[in-house]
Amino acid sequence: MSSSESLNGKGLALVPRADGPQTMKDFKSDQEVRWCPGCGDYAILAAVQSFLPELGLRRENTVFVSGIGCSSRFPYYLNTYGFHSIHGRAPAIATGLAASRPDLSVWVVTGDGDGLSIGGNHLIHALRRNVNLNILLFNNRIYGLTKGQYSPTSEIGKITKSTPMGSLDKPFNPISLALGAEAGFVARTIDSDRKHLQGVLREAAAHRGTSLVEIYQNCNIFNDNAFEALKDPAVRDDITVKLEHGRPIVFGTGENEKAVRLSPYGGVEVVRRSEVADSEILVHDMHSPDPSLAFALSRLDDPAFEHVPIGIFRSIDRPAYDQLMAEQLEAATAEKGEGRLDALLHGGDTWRIA
Amino acid sequence: MTKQVQQLDRVIIRFAGDSGDGMQLTGDRFTAETAQFGNDLSTLPNFPAEIRAPAGTLPGVSSFQLHFADHDILTPGDAPNVLVAMNPAALKANLGDLPRGADIIANTDEFTKRNLQKVGYAANPLEDESLAEWRVHAVPLTSLTVGALEGFEISKKDAERAKNMFALGLLSWLYNRPTDATVKFLEVKFAKKPDIAKANVAAFQAGWNYGETTESFSVSYEIKPARLAPGVYRNISGNQALAYGLIAASVQSGLPLFLGSYPITPASDILHELSKHKRFGVRTFQAEDEIAGVGAALGAAFGGALGVTTTSGPGVALKAETVGLAVTTELPLIVVDVQRAGPSTGMPTKTEQTDLLMALYGRNGESPVPVVAPATPSDCFHAAIEAARIALKYRTPVMLLSDGYLANGSEPWRVPEVDDLPDISVDFTTEPNGDDGAYLPFKRDPETLARPWAVPGTAGLEHRIGGIEKADGTGNISYDPDNHDKMVRLRQAKIDGIDVPDLEVDDPDGDARVLVLGWGSTYGPIAAAVRRVRKTGAKVAQTHLRHLNPLPANTGDVLRSYDKVLLPEINLGQLALLLRARYLIDVIGYNRVRGLPFKAEELAAVIQDVIDSE
Repeated sequence: MSSSESLNGKGLALVPRADGPQTMKDFKSDQEVRWCPGCGDYAILAAVQSFLPELGLRRENTVFVSGIGCSSRFPYYLNTYGFHSIHGRAPAIATGLAASRPDLSVWVVTGDGDGLSIGGNHLIHALRRNVNLNILLFNNRIYGLTKGQYSPTSEIGKITKSTPMGSLDKPFNPISLALGAEAGFVARTIDSDRKHLQGVLREAAAHRGTSLVEIYQNCNIFNDNAFEALKDPAVRDDITVKLEHGRPIVFGTGENEKAVRLSPYGGVEVVRRSEVADSEILVHDMHSPDPSLAFALSRLDDPAFEHVPIGIFRSIDRPAYDQLMAEQLEAATAEKGEGRLDALLHGGDTWRIA
Repeated sequence: MTKQVQQLDRVIIRFAGDSGDGMQLTGDRFTAETAQFGNDLSTLPNFPAEIRAPAGTLPGVSSFQLHFADHDILTPGDAPNVLVAMNPAALKANLGDLPRGADIIANTDEFTKRNLQKVGYAANPLEDESLAEWRVHAVPLTSLTVGALEGFEISKKDAERAKNMFALGLLSWLYNRPTDATVKFLEVKFAKKPDIAKANVAAFQAGWNYGETTESFSVSYEIKPARLAPGVYRNISGNQALAYGLIAASVQSGLPLFLGSYPITPASDILHELSKHKRFGVRTFQAEDEIAGVGAALGAAFGGALGVTTTSGPGVALKAETVGLAVTTELPLIVVDVQRAGPSTGMPTKTEQTDLLMALYGRNGESPVPVVAPATPSDCFHAAIEAARIALKYRTPVMLLSDGYLANGSEPWRVPEVDDLPDISVDFTTEPNGDDGAYLPFKRDPETLARPWAVPGTAGLEHRIGGIEKADGTGNISYDPDNHDKMVRLRQAKIDGIDVPDLEVDDPDGDARVLVLGWGSTYGPIAAAVRRVRKTGAKVAQTHLRHLNPLPANTGDVLRSYDKVLLPEINLGQLALLLRARYLIDVIGYNRVRGLPFKAEELAAVIQDVIDSE
């Protein structure tokens, strides 16, 4: 077994541990938080600040890298190392950092515009490449910082300042996109459910390689209540499909109890719980090497927002890029010895002039 | 019979053939033999961007020119003394550069009716009188090669493909080159195909023997080794020297090298070369695009690596925003631009100096970046170390402006002693630098104005940086008008204050009234032209800029001390524009943008004109 395999499931194994216990306060920076009052980002920030002590890592070995957008201000509010970069490029910058510093826990904070529009290329390549990164994609389905244009996750027909007659383009489903890029860890959670959010972050951090966590986040200024159906106590249980590894996929209560089973067309379908036998109900397997079922599950909320899966769609182990890169350096050194500059410069065909 | 051996002081050979004929390899091998023999040399590969243009056509012609001599030389030569033409297209494409009386060695087997028609020859020029002013050696290279390889266990096609080695053998005989290294090279190159290896060696030797026995060549030539400064030499191309310079910078700085790059002509060979040196701790990252290449390099720099990205002009355009981020976050970064003919895709395999203004000003905001330009292929080594020195000392991105001519051209290089290389080691910040144990990431060194560099993993110095304007000292986000004005000026002052050496002027008698100024790869042709002019008794001074930003402190004084300043550039006058604006001196530009280096003869005439107009 190579060392890259031995690190599977140990996303933080190479990051030095803190000397003693930490608290949420340790991770708050002295900067004033400047999001709009009521923004979903506050809840996510608080969840992350209170979750980080649990990892028990040296604070100085934690880095948050972001792009541009409301969510990308995140690093300023955490007392770790941070890099607020340029629009869409955070995955690329974080890749260079994490690939050369396996002793760091590197987090990327991005949004639906930053990560899926201007930075879409970097995102998919980060996912396929599998550097040890945790990417938090705040999805509020709108451009906030530029004041309210539609985003690549806005629903078709979205009326915004730039689309007075409605948007024309079909949105990305970030989970489907990530699974299409064969990301090793793909999950979805929501800003209002701190317990679920932190549970997903815990698994993402433990995963070695690139993990993508889509966080539904409410923009109360430009796209308020975009995810209200998932929060409203009257309906939320009937539409939220909580994915749990090894458990049959059922949701809803009473008459509205539903189940997910394989469809005859190669996908999955939602049926009334009362109409299927237990044995027909799909049991969630997030470790399946084949991403097809996870992809089928990611399609459940399309086209209408009738049933929305949240949780971990996929978590598989494959060697992380940074470790493979380090192994090539080690192998080259083991084979030929450490590089000597003098020998390099005098290599090849040389001749001496006296 | 013993053939006559004639002494020459220098020769220019051009190998030309179809893209698939192996002309670059043939040229490389002849260069290696020549270097080993001890001549001074300079090379100019010239090939189409298409990997395999239609066979036998003019766009498919690939050539390799080599100038070698018994004295030190500065350019690959203006016009060949010998043209090896592997087919009619190679003859037609190159004949215009060939002075009357030059030798033409033509592969008659390829001068078929069809091949002649392809390039518009109505009659075979080898058989009519049209080449009467040249010395034509008609040699059936292909059939001689196939004949020599009879009995070898290889296909006819493979036998024909060995014709370039037959030609190399013939030329090696003609100029008395050592052959052992080529034999060894072929054995290693085709180690996995021993039959092919043997056939190529046999073709090479058959070419040599043909020269010795045939009556087509009555004379062979000898060019004595050059008397260069004592030392160990090797032949090196600009791209290889640049890659070695980056490795040396990594060793001399004590920082691991991280290259983020996307393949692009003519810079890709730097990526290829660096990817071979992993045991130096070199990490090479082939990114999804140019932007990710520089982004990853900057991310690695944030983590304490020597971050480098390599590209050509189109890539620099894409990287501009990230370079601006490096400017404002004040992180060290090396951006290598191997310039090529533009705009847009332009002529990817041809050379130009047209990215100077983009390197200096091609970003939003006040975004000063130091610019360093190597003068010769081997100088790329030292220029890379200099770029790293500036980047690390001043915490800034640095543009290193090479070009296609330097990248692919080669020359003998006196290998430096490692002990003589500069120490560019870096002290990371590990202790707080503010009151009450605070860390101020933008508190500057009063002398260099560089900010401290604390890397992740350093306890107690956790801090955030980014593209938004930062408050002086603390680095916190600031939209304060006066702070912004101050920071813009501080960043500019830091770059303006970089320690660069003064310009040195070459003016043997000290009383020339005309100065020729250049920058980058025009050094060789300008210096060769200046020599020619001085041989006629005329007086001319020469100086060359290696640092384009900041300019050496004495630049204005030097320029003002001559009546006339001539500035040849392979652009429409980009440096001239800067010098006029900065020093109010009416620099005389000489500008050609043909995708090729200047010729010494051409520049000599221009210099003479300027002197005569005094």
